[in-house]
Amino acid sequence: MTYTFDFGAVLDRAPELLWGSLGTLGLALAGMLLALVIGILGVVARTSKSEITRTPVIVFVEVVRNTPFLVQIFFIYFALPLMGIRLNPTVTAIIALGINGGAYAIEIIRGGVESVSRGQIEAGFALGLHKTDVFRLIVLKPALRAIYPSLTSQFIMLTLTTSVCTSIAAYELTSAAQRIESDTFRSFEVYFTVTAIYLVISTLMMGLFALISRQYFNYPTR
Amino acid sequence: MGPIGENEFFFLMQGLKWTVLLAIVGFIGGGIFGILIALLRTSKKKLARTITAGYIGVFQGTPLLMQLFVVYYGVALLGIEVNAWIAVAIAFTLHASAFLGEIWRGSIEAVPKGQTEAANALGLHYVSRMKDVILPQALKISMPATIGFLVQLIKGTSLAAIVGFIELTRAGQIISNQTYRPLLVFGIVGAIYFIICWPLSHAGSGLEKRMAKAAR
Repeated sequence: MTYTFDFGAVLDRAPELLWGSLGTLGLALAGMLLALVIGILGVVARTSKSEITRTPVIVFVEVVRNTPFLVQIFFIYFALPLMGIRLNPTVTAIIALGINGGAYAIEIIRGGVESVSRGQIEAGFALGLHKTDVFRLIVLKPALRAIYPSLTSQFIMLTLTTSVCTSIAAYELTSAAQRIESDTFRSFEVYFTVTAIYLVISTLMMGLFALISRQYFNYPTR
Repeated sequence: MGPIGENEFFFLMQGLKWTVLLAIVGFIGGGIFGILIALLRTSKKKLARTITAGYIGVFQGTPLLMQLFVVYYGVALLGIEVNAWIAVAIAFTLHASAFLGEIWRGSIEAVPKGQTEAANALGLHYVSRMKDVILPQALKISMPATIGFLVQLIKGTSLAAIVGFIELTRAGQIISNQTYRPLLVFGIVGAIYFIICWPLSHAGSGLEKRMAKAAR
């Protein structure tokens, strides 16, 4: 044990770590939005009566959920140029994150939609509520409340998954860490610091999600 | 472009062997430490509960890739000469122990309180109460989530590729670079993962549905 720790070499690169963190947050946010869009569209197709729209969604969900994200991102990274689409690595990473998160979002949102009971909707109409109010108050809000915990923890997982995007050199925290490592050779210090930053990010997100939940879903159910 | 022949396929299978081994070692090692974590997390001692809660929080709040890097370089700092395989196996064991610990904590708490009270009334001491009464029931409750995590772990072993460990995904990368057929190679690699993970996922969700029906 003659190793002396040198976190100074890492802290000298603090601006890079900050920009990397912002890159990670950007990737995560864009990925979440895309995942939500895919999730909602997927559920619409998945709950339709036609088999032609249902089957591809089922296959999509199963394939994405049963293969590693790293393999998915490599596949997309190489597949897009062959389709004539040239994008920078960061945009490619957002697409991969959105597709991966979208598959999980489909399953979560579908559960929420199915949890709304038919009788409640009928009761809403019987009370003379307008169609939009029935949708807003009786379908949407309870469904959102039902899926909120699993959806937000999926979002936190997606944020942590952004670190894998370093494998295609997207702009985020882990790739910043790898650059600093190759310059300073302080591997342990760099990754230890960056791990702590990720912990701060995910803890802040958890706090924020809990705060939102207390603001909007703080009403008794029965 | 080069062809994907017998040699390339054999190389992928070599990688697959390491993927499977890594998942098994991580799952068994993580299972052993995971039970310990779950027991400490549900113990009467506040200190034990706080420490294990922190342990679980750190592993669930940081990327698996970072855990791999920190353990990989951290083990090297300890001055012990270990090869990449051991370092990566340790990382997956720690990771799995936190996640399984949290899953099993939930299942231990899901066992009805009356079971603990009955065991106490019968005069069973802690070890017997846990081993013979609570844990067997908790294990049953935890099965769907445990299988779900196993699938996560198998997929997670692919990240060892970024540390440079040659498992299935890294083997795929190497073949892809040699043959210039990334889509075919990663398609095959993805299919192999799917063949392993899908039956497990299917069994897990089937079990969940059956248990939900039985509980009604």
